[in-house]
Amino acid sequence: MADPKYLNFDTLTLHAGQKPDATYGARAVPIYQSTSFVFQDTDHAAALFNMERSGHIYSRISNPTVAVLEERIAALEGGVGAVATASGQAALHLGVATLMGQGSHIVSSASIYGGSHNMFAHTLPRFGIEASFADPRDPDAFAAAIRPNTRLLYGESLGNPGLEVMNVRAVADVAHANGLPLMIDNTFATPYLFQPFEHGADIVMHSATKFLGGHGVAVAGLLVDGGQFDWEASGKFPTMTEPYDGYHGLDFAEEFGPNAFIMRARMEGLRDFGAAMSPQTAFYVLQGVETLSVRMQRHVENTRAIVDFLSGQDAVAWITYPELPEHADHDLAKALMPNGVGAVFSFGIKGGRGAGAKFIESLEIYSHLANVGDAKSLVIHPASTTHQQMDAGALAAAGVGEDMVRMSVGLEDIRDLKDDLGGALRRSQR
Amino acid sequence: MELNVNGRKVYAATGGKPFDAKLPAIVFVHGAAADHTVWKLQTRYFAWHGHGVLALDMPGHGRSDGPAVPTIEALADWLIAVLDAAEVQQAALVGHSIGSLITLDAAARYPDRVSALALLGCAYPMRVNDELLNSARANEDLANQLTNAWGYGRAAQLGRHTIPGTWMLKGGMRLVEESADGVLFNDMNACDKYNGGETAAGRVKCPTLSIMGEKDMMTPLKTARRTAALIAGATETVIPGAGHIMMDEAPDETLDALRGFLPAPAYT
Repeated sequence: MADPKYLNFDTLTLHAGQKPDATYGARAVPIYQSTSFVFQDTDHAAALFNMERSGHIYSRISNPTVAVLEERIAALEGGVGAVATASGQAALHLGVATLMGQGSHIVSSASIYGGSHNMFAHTLPRFGIEASFADPRDPDAFAAAIRPNTRLLYGESLGNPGLEVMNVRAVADVAHANGLPLMIDNTFATPYLFQPFEHGADIVMHSATKFLGGHGVAVAGLLVDGGQFDWEASGKFPTMTEPYDGYHGLDFAEEFGPNAFIMRARMEGLRDFGAAMSPQTAFYVLQGVETLSVRMQRHVENTRAIVDFLSGQDAVAWITYPELPEHADHDLAKALMPNGVGAVFSFGIKGGRGAGAKFIESLEIYSHLANVGDAKSLVIHPASTTHQQMDAGALAAAGVGEDMVRMSVGLEDIRDLKDDLGGALRRSQR
Repeated sequence: MELNVNGRKVYAATGGKPFDAKLPAIVFVHGAAADHTVWKLQTRYFAWHGHGVLALDMPGHGRSDGPAVPTIEALADWLIAVLDAAEVQQAALVGHSIGSLITLDAAARYPDRVSALALLGCAYPMRVNDELLNSARANEDLANQLTNAWGYGRAAQLGRHTIPGTWMLKGGMRLVEESADGVLFNDMNACDKYNGGETAAGRVKCPTLSIMGEKDMMTPLKTARRTAALIAGATETVIPGAGHIMMDEAPDETLDALRGFLPAPAYT
């Protein structure tokens, strides 16, 4: 049988979007630390500005180093294109702002990153965009929350911090039955473990600060377009299907077909809101992406070992990890993410908040900080930090308890991680 | 814009400017299971440089009514009917792949309607691999996979698209996925069965440019050159490193080749 011989995932992590530099033959992606790019002549300049020719004008809108990262992530996610942003939050905002304006409504999973919850619940309403929150395990709850002015369904492939596994296909079906797109934050899974477009999602976003970058050195975001949503058939998205005065009456769906969303996100969103990624940041994230597969394998391997270790500890009250048989999403996780369900999980310490504080302060290798997805192992207490703006009801809906510790397992020697945890757990119970 | 051709809607993109039949017209005809969006950059350039542009969706493709038309000759007749509907007496034709056969056939049989002919990825005979054809007949995903794997050159499969952040392989696959069942087979089969290419090439009288991809696996350079040699006075431009889908793989080089061949009207 004929074989298309497409390049495979691990090869794409190293090569997609880049060829050796034509001038000097540089093998690594050069950092084009330049705000702007010289036009060949006045006609070339005008043609670039009017989207008659392709290329770079100004690094707020696009940059050659950043473009390599964008293309590489689009390739790894299986999308038609991507836009890199200053942070994951900027990617989320860009996605929302590209799709809708005031008077719109979002139905979001209740189990999402605290910052995203904050944007939906408290900040976007000031701009006339409201949100409802639904149980990520209940696609019917998403359906019930949809209003005539709903423009987006949203969730995380792996919920933060509770690791609720979203049934992306079921929620995508709800979205599509209502002429709406589904956006998935795929930060915790990365495309190595899960590719939302394969399961019906329409838009993917990442905090590339986490596992994609992988080394805790750069704040970064990515917005990826699956190119599958039919904006014309939906009829609910004038930003995609009606002439845009900000670009000589350009109709994005008509002009760019499957790339309509990502082109609008760049040509309007980066141009006007300006939350662009710097080339230096793109370089850092690219360095991480090159080793994504091997790192994720090790992250998952270490996480499984740590979960197993903690399961045998008296001081541990409970563990939430979807690979454990008792987890509510065990079967779904097994089906959707056979290579592992990430390297972030939560557990409770006997003795509540006080014991939790003692535990965290006793750790020597684990770092206590507000991040996940670093090569180094990390811990945090969500209720007092990342999710502190939520009230008790929202915390309960998000599955964040007072005794919860969120852990991001790094790449250290597993024996050292176990020793560190064992010692801190003992001290927490004194 | 929408045209009514034989009672059916035909969609034509106009490059971001309303179509003006008084301007020198350029009509773009896409490849198999594609649509007008494959010409997104080139059409905008010409529309904003003094031409009237129509980038068509063939019947049953993109936004045009179906059904798809099964032969090159019938599609060439349809193309002339589109010119009638748009009130265009004479146009330059730009065709890619199956579109190149359609425009070639139209230029041969309707010489007074065609001012110039640009053929992209044009090789005759345009035989289609049996396995691809059978897979397309069965509406298998493999047909889409093979079409794009062989359509885009190997270099393009690493990306580095000149439109920043664009992963063109998936874009190509999305276009085929959006096509109704049977459309890819219809187009491939029309190419495979077309037997009038040599005769048509011998009859073309208008200025002709053949734009070829150096690494084209669908319509190889050697065959494309042999085909161009059948057309009196035809010139060629070979785009280094490009595969079959050169207007996407190398949009600026493709535009430059077309620009040299179809210069802007004097007033610009």
